[in-house]
Amino acid sequence: MVGSRLARPAAQLLRSSPSALPRSSFQRVSAPAVSRWRTYASGSKEMTVRDALNEAMAEEMEKNSKVFVLGEEVAQYNGAYKVTKGLLDRFGEKRVIDSPITESGFAGLTVGAALAGLHPICEFMTFNFAMQAIDQIINSAAKTHYMSGGIQPCNITFRGPNGFASGVAAQHSQDYTAWYGSIPGLKVVAPYSSEDAKGLLKAAIRDPNPVVVLENELLYGLQFEMSEEAQSDEFVIPFGKAKIERPGKDITMVTLSRCVGQCLVAAEQLKSKYGVEAEVINLRSIKPMDVEAIVKSVKKTGLMMAVESGFPSFGVGAELIALTCEYAFDYLDAPPIRVTGAEVPTPYAQKLEEMAFPSEQLIVDYAAKLLKV
Amino acid sequence: MATRRIVTGLRGALAAWATPLRQHGLRGGMVCSQCQKRWSSVSQRPGSDRVNFPGAVNSLFTTGLEFKRATEDDAMPTYRYLDQEGTVVDKAHSVDLSNEQILKIYRDMVTVSIMDLIMFDAQRQGKISFYMVSAGEEGIAVGSSSALSHNDPVFAQYREHGVYIHRGTSISEFINQCFSTTHDLGKGRNMPVHYGSAKQHVHTVSSTLATQLPQASGAAYALKLANLANPTDEQRVVACYFGEGAASEGDFHAALNIAATRSCPVLFICRNNGYAISTPTLDQYRGDGIASRGVGYGIDTVRVDGNDVFAMRRATLEARALALSGGGRPVLIEAMSYRVSHHSTSDDSFAYRAKVEVEDWKRRDNPITRLRKYMEAREMWDEEKEKTLRSDLRQEVLKAYRAAEKEKKPALSGVITDVYKEMTEEQMEQLRRVKRLVETYPEEYDLSEFDGGMDSVDEVLNGKYQGPSSAKVS
Repeated sequence: MVGSRLARPAAQLLRSSPSALPRSSFQRVSAPAVSRWRTYASGSKEMTVRDALNEAMAEEMEKNSKVFVLGEEVAQYNGAYKVTKGLLDRFGEKRVIDSPITESGFAGLTVGAALAGLHPICEFMTFNFAMQAIDQIINSAAKTHYMSGGIQPCNITFRGPNGFASGVAAQHSQDYTAWYGSIPGLKVVAPYSSEDAKGLLKAAIRDPNPVVVLENELLYGLQFEMSEEAQSDEFVIPFGKAKIERPGKDITMVTLSRCVGQCLVAAEQLKSKYGVEAEVINLRSIKPMDVEAIVKSVKKTGLMMAVESGFPSFGVGAELIALTCEYAFDYLDAPPIRVTGAEVPTPYAQKLEEMAFPSEQLIVDYAAKLLKV
Repeated sequence: MATRRIVTGLRGALAAWATPLRQHGLRGGMVCSQCQKRWSSVSQRPGSDRVNFPGAVNSLFTTGLEFKRATEDDAMPTYRYLDQEGTVVDKAHSVDLSNEQILKIYRDMVTVSIMDLIMFDAQRQGKISFYMVSAGEEGIAVGSSSALSHNDPVFAQYREHGVYIHRGTSISEFINQCFSTTHDLGKGRNMPVHYGSAKQHVHTVSSTLATQLPQASGAAYALKLANLANPTDEQRVVACYFGEGAASEGDFHAALNIAATRSCPVLFICRNNGYAISTPTLDQYRGDGIASRGVGYGIDTVRVDGNDVFAMRRATLEARALALSGGGRPVLIEAMSYRVSHHSTSDDSFAYRAKVEVEDWKRRDNPITRLRKYMEAREMWDEEKEKTLRSDLRQEVLKAYRAAEKEKKPALSGVITDVYKEMTEEQMEQLRRVKRLVETYPEEYDLSEFDGGMDSVDEVLNGKYQGPSSAKVS
């Protein structure tokens, strides 16, 4: 265990500032492309995903004294990824709590606090470490309301970075969306932009059910536009509603989290290279899922591809394609396809790592194949 | 990383400096017994005779290299109030209960044992799928429960029927849970013996071993905040029960460590009954039982004779007061006992222990007979009363049993409600389909056994389902 802790991304943060992660070339994510597809009211401003998450927690803690944050290094150190920056100073040590290094222990503690009526936010340094606590998340948090006959709510938010990161190899960069997405009793969201991050996290904290918020380490430092509406402390995004990030008529790309940005870049390339218009659907919420949005889009385009960063077997892509076939089979002009992570434990070597996750080029290639262009 | 750990440690120690420990009258380098925070200067004084590392602030230097291990000779002593013959051995203290209260404790223990016999047979007859009896451990549950406030939340494992009975759960409530009738508070969703009750402030039993321990620490943290915010309200603690086998799970260690570092008012009550299903304690752990671990985590710990209901009560009373002192702290009670019963109905313990061993324990020491001897010596009890009590309780259990057999099954909608606090669109659609299907083929689906038939489904579809009337536990 000690060995794996040494490789924690937090260790890298100690050495350098968060914005200067080693091998930052991997961070060429497509945030700027987004702004081309959005028009904002004049009151909009730029904000990083990190700050949006921070703002969401601060606003909810301000609003409701039952909300508190617990996790490793969330207080004194301001969070391994600085997401909880400043919260200790603002809310004190009773509500921003550094935990001993014991995921099952502090996840269990937050579940217990939720059962006792508080509204905890349980931060995992990454969801890779939440595997130690998955029994608490699934067997206790997700099932208690049902198994108690509906008398015992468990208002808890599990959050932290999930999915691919850079240069931290097999045990620190994998995607758990499919794991949590398969559990009745959990709600699961995966924000992409700063607006997503703020709106979904706030909704998660307010939701009476246990919610898993799957963030992404590589998105934390990216700047996105925040509309005037999103800057309000009453801004929440409802669960189960996807967002059309880019409208199009030729092919539907259903995606989530960091892959949204990659799809937006791929869509631009498809347009400039082949003149096709791809529609990019940002799922936002994995459970419940907005099947209607997918069906509507497929009706229009006739082609569907799922893009996600998890392992291919039994994954989110598999689920998306199954749902599309169940509800929109008659509108499909070709078998739907999925672009996913590779069926290997994430390698450390940079070039191998690049091949283990979907790239923009890969998305373009598969889309072109499906489009027969 | 190693560098960072130390840096964080330093910073922690420096921050702890800021807390006003002087008001507790502490000298440098001591661990404050009230807030349990370490307070020390991390600088090493020249010529000091002890280590001043942040991780061990008051350790003397030595030239003798010695490895330490607990031996049988220095095992922690076991507190008892009564001996096996029911004679008071702790003469310094008197029993703080009226005769009536003692009789209630006795009655509660006997109730558990009689209900257990009948429900065990019910499983053998195929009426229920599973059951777990408490034989030999009634004293731990009832004795500790008698020392708690009714409002103290309880996280039970599965052998604490005595807690529920003592708090007022009726026999009929138990049996309805085991038979999964419409009166089961859990709506037939749990295995038998997995009781939970908002009214009695007992959380639903969880099958997964030891998960209740860190949850108890968390609930205790919530109580700590509530106690601090409302000092004039009743100050509460959490009671958490588990077996010595569960203490091998990682959750046990996590729970004790986190409760100690966050100073949570929680009583960890370990039932050390000698066996974890088939595994004897010798294969379960080495060292001085579970109690020694509490000491290792810096938790106030006591070992008690679990067959002595008065000792359990006194230890729990003291532990509760301790847990509430100085803003809250955890306490560990290791209650020693012997599991007279099989682990559950799925177990035949004579495959791994001699029947004579069990018979010997049954005869030699038992919490019920011990209290009975105490009461008989004071002429509170006799053979006649014993016979009447047992026969009355047997009738009461059988009556509830027969009534439960005739009860309806839980409402049909219960299969899908409460997965989330509010119904999802998908769930509503599924329910609509169920309704359509059942109404299209009525001869294929007999709803007469389900409480309310299709009404419960209609109630949900019409948006009238509001969840159970009782809001929540604790």
